[in-house]
Amino acid sequence: MKQTLIVLVENKPGVLNRISSLFRRRNYNIESLVVGHSETPGISRMTIVANEPDQSKRGNIYFNLLKLVNVIAVKDVSKLPCISREFIMVKINTGPDQFNEVNAVAKQFGARIVDMGAETVIIEVTDKESVINNLVSALQPFEITEIVRTGKIAMRRGKTHKVSSDKINAKPGEITWKPDQISSYQN
Amino acid sequence: MSNNEQQQLTGAEIIWECLIREGVETVFGYPGGTILPTYDALNKYRDKIHHVLVRHEQGATHMADGYARASGKVGVAMATSGPGATNMITGMATAMMDSSPIVCITGQVSSAVIGSDAFQEIDITGAALPVTKHSYLVMDIDELADTIREAFYVARSGRPGPVLVDIPKDIQNAKTEFIYSNKEFNLLGYQPQEDVRDDDINIFAMMVNNAKKPVILSGHGVLLSYAYKEVLELAEKASIPIATTLLGIGGAPDSHPLVLGMMGMHGESWVNHAIQDADLLIACGMRFDDRVTGNLKTYSPNSKKIHIEIDPSEINKVVKVELAIHADLGNALRKVIPFVSKTGRKEWLNTIAGWHSESQMRDVMNIKTDTLLGAQAIRKIWEGTKGNALIVSDVGQHQMLEAQYYEHDDPRTLLTSGGLGTMGFSLPAAIGASFHEKDREIWVIVGDGGIQMMLMELATAVQENVNINIAIINNGYLGMVRQWQQMFYEARYVETPISSPDFLKLADAYGMEGYRVEKLDEIIETMEKAQKNTGPTLIEFVVEEYEMVYPMVPAGADLHEMIIRPLSDENNNGQLKVKEKVK
Repeated sequence: MKQTLIVLVENKPGVLNRISSLFRRRNYNIESLVVGHSETPGISRMTIVANEPDQSKRGNIYFNLLKLVNVIAVKDVSKLPCISREFIMVKINTGPDQFNEVNAVAKQFGARIVDMGAETVIIEVTDKESVINNLVSALQPFEITEIVRTGKIAMRRGKTHKVSSDKINAKPGEITWKPDQISSYQN
Repeated sequence: MSNNEQQQLTGAEIIWECLIREGVETVFGYPGGTILPTYDALNKYRDKIHHVLVRHEQGATHMADGYARASGKVGVAMATSGPGATNMITGMATAMMDSSPIVCITGQVSSAVIGSDAFQEIDITGAALPVTKHSYLVMDIDELADTIREAFYVARSGRPGPVLVDIPKDIQNAKTEFIYSNKEFNLLGYQPQEDVRDDDINIFAMMVNNAKKPVILSGHGVLLSYAYKEVLELAEKASIPIATTLLGIGGAPDSHPLVLGMMGMHGESWVNHAIQDADLLIACGMRFDDRVTGNLKTYSPNSKKIHIEIDPSEINKVVKVELAIHADLGNALRKVIPFVSKTGRKEWLNTIAGWHSESQMRDVMNIKTDTLLGAQAIRKIWEGTKGNALIVSDVGQHQMLEAQYYEHDDPRTLLTSGGLGTMGFSLPAAIGASFHEKDREIWVIVGDGGIQMMLMELATAVQENVNINIAIINNGYLGMVRQWQQMFYEARYVETPISSPDFLKLADAYGMEGYRVEKLDEIIETMEKAQKNTGPTLIEFVVEEYEMVYPMVPAGADLHEMIIRPLSDENNNGQLKVKEKVK
């Protein structure tokens, strides 16, 4: 089962290294990691998709991330209502004769053709991971020469949940995660 | 000079000013190119800080570690960049695995040439990442003081651990106004203290009160959280026997009737039986290491488990628990004790006592042998020190025998590398500890393999004239590995026979007193000579080659499936010459 984690980290040198090193040394399977600025200056937001088949390790990922000194908050949103998106660009070798077919596939997926050369086109789309995968399949009949994907980013629906901002303003001692989550994150 | 100018200090001076304000009195280190400005500045602070010149940077980290474990304060090690820094890795890893608070300060090449493969440049914050609790590379002189203050806080708070501060040479030379802030730490992602919820306390108390056969598993956390009194109070009030982990030894007094002894791979059989038979395990500041649990599938199958632990990533990591209490151990126990009812629990304690008496016939002190046994030597050291010494053991057979045959009644009187199992740890750790425990008798118990891994630190011991006694248990083998070879590799002793120098000549060469003991009745007398000497003393104990540590749970086997020591009459020489009798 895939696990989607939103991680808020201090924007300091080496933080990405700390996170990736953790996944490596604890032998957790990581599928994608996206990082960028958050709403607060000095704080970056990551979306990590972990693909850890071992049930008992999943809760462990959560607490090991939280244990890193530069990690401010972690939220496991795997089972929560979220908007999740991925961005893809695909370059295809195509002559003028195939252009209409490529365009048709792109339209079907709401994708845009953002570059058109004599021999190549670049298609881009932002959508759910499953849609992106379908687009890639649909483009298989053509000669794909490059694919670039960002990996998943996620945001919870509804009001901003406390966890994503709480710890930032919390006084020392006020932690937003409680011991009962130890058991709930195991599942 | 204006007032402002007076406040201007170099980075090097700021380092020492910060250390003094952190209460540091001793620094273990080794100078070199990129840390030179800091060593030069040390001259101004000689009256406040004592620097111990080590012979290898690994030794410096172990000394800081030994100092930290003995004192509960943060130990400090210092080294130069490149090889000086990489030599510290094993020491940081040792401290990491055993949650020991140390701060390692390393020089780094000037910030202008970082990344250019300059002479003695290494990315030590990167290399040390998995073996430190946290690390810093200081790139701005104005952040230096705050960083060092923060490093000490991170090292000692929560679950303690090693913190590395890497400081480029130009930062040490730069000048700035020195401000030692006393503000709250601005650590957004690090708030280690957690109190207990009342709900959990009620469940905790209920589980204890309903249990028929509870056992307390007392780990290193008991010492780190200074919860010795609380653990004993809980045990006494509800008559709960205490089993300790290797690092938990000393957390509860071994002479107390409720204290069973060490659990796990080389734990006494009655301890492991009690754990396997228990209906409630109260895990206090321990982490269910594989050396403690054996086969997880059959580990204490009928018990409910309570885990009190300050590091939530340890909870449910290997053993699933019914009640997880993420808190400081002392806080949690103080809250729960009033709700625990007073009980006698005679039946359960009698059952355990029965297992205990069965095992005593197999005690090594009852075995008649021609050669001295390591276990007997250690038991004699216990007698000769009246059980009051600070023991620093190394890694191997003698380490397990020490845990079995030396009874510790005081906290922080056994220092040993448990998690990482670092051979060579004992000598430098004892030197470090001696700078805190100035009045306590200190004994290093080390094998002939282990002592040779950090032999160079004998010179440090002599130069500092530390009052430590080094008992080398010499069996001519890497004993524990040989034991595994005997048990699991059909006695093919591949590369385990190890030669040693003449330790008496060696002691002489280093300028220290040295003795050799080959018989049981010579031990006390020789110890007295060592005890009279105020400097370092070396005693070589020549012991039986084929000695085994019993009982033993083979790695991954069920905890109750112990290989126990053969009885003397079952086998001519008790446990010896098992070479022909491979299991």
